[in-house]
Amino acid sequence: MADLEKETNGTNGTNGAHTTDAPVKLTRQDFVSDQEVRWCPGCGDYSILAQVQRVMPELNIPKEKIVFVSGIGCSSRFPYYMDTYGFHGIHGRAPALATGIKAANPELSVWVITGDGDALSIGGNHFIHAIRRNLDLKIILFNNRIYGLTKGQYSPTSELGKKNKSAPMGVIDYPINPLSMAFASEATFVARSIDTDPKHLTMIIERLARHKGSAFVEVFQNCNIFNDGVFKPFSERVVRDERMLYLEHGKPLLFGKNKDKGIRLNGLHPEVVQIGESGVGTDDILVHNESDPEPNLSYVLGRMQYPDYPVPVGVFRAVEKPTYEDMLEDQIKRAVAERGPGNLSKLINSGETWVINAEGETV
Amino acid sequence: MSAITLEGEDLQQRHLEELETVTIRFAGDSGDGMQLTGTQFTATSAIIGNDISTLPDFPAEIRAPAGSLPGVSGYQLNFSSRDIRTPGDEPDVLVAMNPAALKTNLPDLIPGGILVVNTDAFVEGNLKKAGYPASPLDDGSLSGYRLFKVPITTLTLRALEGVKIPHKQQERSKNFFALGLMYWLYDRPLDPTLRWIEDKFSKTPDLAEANRLALRAGYNYADTTEIFTVHYHVGKAKIKPGKYRNITGNEATAIGFVAGAELSGRPLFYGSYPITPASDILHELSRHKNFGVKTFQAEDEIAAIGAAIGAAFTGHIGLTGTSGPGIALKSEFIGLAVMTELPIVIIDVQRGGPSTGLPTKTEQADLLQAMFGRNSECPAAIVAPATPSDCFQMAVEAVRLATKYMTPVFYLSDGYLGNGSEPWAIPAVEDLPRFDVEFRTDAEGFYPYLRDERTLSRPWAIPGTPGLEHRIGGIEKQHITGNVSYDPENHDFMVRLRAEKIQRMAQDIPPIDVYGDQEGKVLLLGWGSTYGAITTAVEKMREKGASVSSAHLRYLNPFPKNLGDVLGRFETVIIPELNLGQLAMLVRARFLIDAVSFSKVKGKPFQVTELIRKVNEYL
Repeated sequence: MADLEKETNGTNGTNGAHTTDAPVKLTRQDFVSDQEVRWCPGCGDYSILAQVQRVMPELNIPKEKIVFVSGIGCSSRFPYYMDTYGFHGIHGRAPALATGIKAANPELSVWVITGDGDALSIGGNHFIHAIRRNLDLKIILFNNRIYGLTKGQYSPTSELGKKNKSAPMGVIDYPINPLSMAFASEATFVARSIDTDPKHLTMIIERLARHKGSAFVEVFQNCNIFNDGVFKPFSERVVRDERMLYLEHGKPLLFGKNKDKGIRLNGLHPEVVQIGESGVGTDDILVHNESDPEPNLSYVLGRMQYPDYPVPVGVFRAVEKPTYEDMLEDQIKRAVAERGPGNLSKLINSGETWVINAEGETV
Repeated sequence: MSAITLEGEDLQQRHLEELETVTIRFAGDSGDGMQLTGTQFTATSAIIGNDISTLPDFPAEIRAPAGSLPGVSGYQLNFSSRDIRTPGDEPDVLVAMNPAALKTNLPDLIPGGILVVNTDAFVEGNLKKAGYPASPLDDGSLSGYRLFKVPITTLTLRALEGVKIPHKQQERSKNFFALGLMYWLYDRPLDPTLRWIEDKFSKTPDLAEANRLALRAGYNYADTTEIFTVHYHVGKAKIKPGKYRNITGNEATAIGFVAGAELSGRPLFYGSYPITPASDILHELSRHKNFGVKTFQAEDEIAAIGAAIGAAFTGHIGLTGTSGPGIALKSEFIGLAVMTELPIVIIDVQRGGPSTGLPTKTEQADLLQAMFGRNSECPAAIVAPATPSDCFQMAVEAVRLATKYMTPVFYLSDGYLGNGSEPWAIPAVEDLPRFDVEFRTDAEGFYPYLRDERTLSRPWAIPGTPGLEHRIGGIEKQHITGNVSYDPENHDFMVRLRAEKIQRMAQDIPPIDVYGDQEGKVLLLGWGSTYGAITTAVEKMREKGASVSSAHLRYLNPFPKNLGDVLGRFETVIIPELNLGQLAMLVRARFLIDAVSFSKVKGKPFQVTELIRKVNEYL
């Protein structure tokens, strides 16, 4: 074997600088790894990375207790850039790895970084089940509505009719809505944000981090190489106020520069109304309740799309229920309380046993 | 042996004949409770000192149409006053609860064998389903056997008159009647089964009473009606002193991994998805939460291993279990575990394939899948238990090797081992060597892919350890730093290094033993569940002076260091396998010897007689 030791560079580890006893307030810089970030210049991923690194110190979790897990795709390079523990997995399977990590060691803060193809196509099954088990995982889905790493094929969130490398005549697969999937999976926390609004994104990531249970956020993320400007029609600064709806718990669903438009419920259907027109007052506007035990209204909001509706961002749903890992730990505690701590000798000697003595007699 | 004293009965009335070995097969509809009958007969035989070996054989359908041929469920057991290692080639006794059971099992019964049938089930509908134009009980076609016609259902119902359970339930007790009958015929005590009934049906006293009555009725019927003119006694086997229990391979596997985790000092995490014939391991492990065992029933096979790898990353003993189709789904994740060099164990309880194949039947055809079934150069260690009780030791071994070498280890059991059972000499826990794992904690000079010089394993640095924050993943690693690397020289180096690491394990596994002469004409080389049949064949042939030896591989990757030497000392090496010659292919490639492959893929284990016939061709 060739001696490659001399060719090493960088340290995908540490120089042992953080082993002091007293807790030191970490800074954003503490979460920046020594690895060169290799996303395309101008990619929306940079913003998400920056906001996550910004939120991290606020959580007061020691770096060694944080694990970032990812699948495959552009977004999934994320763990390499965080100076925490990290696991770059295989395509679509980050939730499975994260489930094992969190169930095995509930003390860890476990984050899943995924993309629209990773989470909703090849990893759809794991996405559903990680969420429905309500493991305390923070799942950030970078939705750029395209396969970037494989150079421009359509994804499960690509718009119908969209032309791209694998659909030169236009996509004929109907897209899936990530939020709908999360609601259908009984998610306890569902949110949405966008890479171009760092302030909102920071706030949402912090909410995500502080939720106890499976927390899911869809982040609209621009791929400036293969799907540039896909969110621009509603997210551009000049139109944003009119075309996006910022959800706030307990507040009426108002939007527009002058907050003079709102969402009213007509039966099971949301409709856009103008305050002051046709006798519409603020009282007619639907009030957002993220902690509603039933997700029905949040589901309705999650399906509102531009141009028929303003695109909602914010926290759609935030409810509490026991987590998988807590229930698992409880069962272990109960088993120990009922039967005593595991005794190997007792275990292997259990069931019907018999002894053959030196005379060959069964006793 | 504890004699049963039934009021006013004299057990010595009729002739008691001594036999050395008996093979019984209970066969009936899959709802007839034949597995239970078989396991009870087994447990009782073990307790009274026979050596035993069992082979359950059941259909893939939970309840195939009643009375149909595919719905037949069987349980064969071999009990003896001598040392035995197989469930017997052909039954001496067949208990057939219906025409379909008779039809499917009669071809295996030895000529002149004892045939007990439940005449009540030989009605037109059942005969038709089994394809009998007329009842075989009346047409003389069974004259080559000692046929005993017993109206088992009628007699059971009569015995249960007054028990307050529905008629249908009463009928279900007929397997206990059949068991009682066989207990008399083979001079077994009723106590162990009565105790078992007491325990099992403690919450349903009416059912307990029904089963007790049926068992006694069967016994008394045989005793009093003189339908059987003789009964038989099979003496105690000369069994090594010690404490024993009967154990199936799947049970031994499950508690073996609990033991392995305990001996390593780390908790066990089992990720699994239900699949025949491996599900019993999940059931068993889920009962041991007081050991800190975490069982995770995943959404699919892929998530099951993914979670096990995640758990291994945090310092748990990561375990996943499945059968062949599940391994196919797990392949990509196994590659990730090879790349990230995390210790996991993958249990494969092999079954007939390809695809869904024969879910409840045995086969050994996943060896090459374990060896090569992944993209690129992706070496993993392989161990294989040889007998149901050996499953315990090899499970411990799998954990030891995985943690010492930081690598995935395959554990190849099969349906025959998993469901088969034998007495197990329970080891003393204090005699089991500990191998406490060590995590890296020192941040000074830490690199995720810096290696131990002897084992080439990388440090196990778990999340929660301050100063050791690092990233791993499936992209090629730079030697030592573990950084992402696309460098061609580095890739070449790392591919060879991963292969070398597995080969280095040979320094940590025992040499292969030869049973019989250390050199000679023929060596039978086996692996996995064929141990019993191969060893018995060699033993029988050696008694007649043949120059035959055997050697059995429990470590298949890497091979024991001395394997090449051993093979070279024999004129002919015959490799019997329940596949089309997978080990033979590996041995031929590795040692350049003209090994003879002896294949069988019928979903059944080898019979001793067919092995002897094969060996005779080369003597």
